[in-house]
Amino acid sequence: MMSYAAFEAWWWPYAFIAIAGWLATDIWRWLGVLVGNRLKQDSAALTWVRAVATALLAAVIAKLILYPTGELKNVPVALRLIAVSTGFAAFLFFGKRIWIGILVALALLIGGQLLIGSVTLAG
Amino acid sequence: MSNPSAERGVHWFFRGARGIASLPAIILMSAFVGFCGFAVEAGIPLGETVFMTGMIWALPAKVLLVGSILAGVSLPAAFITVALSSIRLMPMVAALIPEIRTEKTPTWLLLLLSHFIAITAYVFTMERIRDVPREHRVAFFAGFGTTVTSANIVLVAVIYSTVANLPAMVAGALFFLTPVYFLTSIWASTRDRAGHIAMIVGLALGPLFHQVAPEFDILYAGVVGGTLAFVADRVWKRRSSE
Repeated sequence: MMSYAAFEAWWWPYAFIAIAGWLATDIWRWLGVLVGNRLKQDSAALTWVRAVATALLAAVIAKLILYPTGELKNVPVALRLIAVSTGFAAFLFFGKRIWIGILVALALLIGGQLLIGSVTLAG
Repeated sequence: MSNPSAERGVHWFFRGARGIASLPAIILMSAFVGFCGFAVEAGIPLGETVFMTGMIWALPAKVLLVGSILAGVSLPAAFITVALSSIRLMPMVAALIPEIRTEKTPTWLLLLLSHFIAITAYVFTMERIRDVPREHRVAFFAGFGTTVTSANIVLVAVIYSTVANLPAMVAGALFFLTPVYFLTSIWASTRDRAGHIAMIVGLALGPLFHQVAPEFDILYAGVVGGTLAFVADRVWKRRSSE
């Protein structure tokens, strides 16, 4: 069935990664170059393409927070949402300083977990 | 020595390379520590984890590929999963290329350099490219792209054996760093109103389409959200000029 673990050969996992990983991502980059080469700066078409790119990224962000992979899965979703929205508010409030937003969000995420942990232990 | 333009090009290449010490690059490296931990947990050997880092480069695509490997899916299924999630690279590259190329930039060079475009490189470049003279923008981007990619390949190779000992809370925070950084930096680097509307609409539509069509959620959210934002911006502009 041609899965990652299908063959013993040392090169098979690399071939799997090259096809399902490298080729699957770089074809879009190459197409992007061909499209981008035809777009004029300050044109309406470029504004639209940029808006689509931004909305795509925003959807990726929302998914990374709501449906995460790895250890983040074990953090309650409410805590994740509070941390990111407070962080973003702090970022806007303090003159769009990115590091402030990140610092506040991470502090809330870690602080919140410590708090939950101590409550669970006490209860 | 007698070619001042080439010398300036080298200068801008190194200015781009120096971007390795910037906030975006440092956050990306932390995210790669998180990814490396995920790969170790999934049982992907060192050589293949390093190979993935260099060959795919886009972090979400790698996470999906490791997820597909864990699920034991076939090669065509893994290819389709990763390819569908990576369509987003196309509008990103298409939006970035007009910012960096000149009339004389050969297409093969752009095709080669496009490999280094992922979210971080996109955000970093869009934020700073206006301060780079147009004829040196390709050199600036090449300097940043090649340096940051190589640095992360080395990083993954070096930390692979120790990353498993990372406390769970730190690993979780590393996974959280990426979306928070994307959110703030994309907002900060977006200059047009259409971009800000697209951001808000995309945040709402991503989870919404995830419920309806989980396979294509990002793509739908991007095309629908981006188009809505574009139209809203046009209407707004017309209203205010009347």
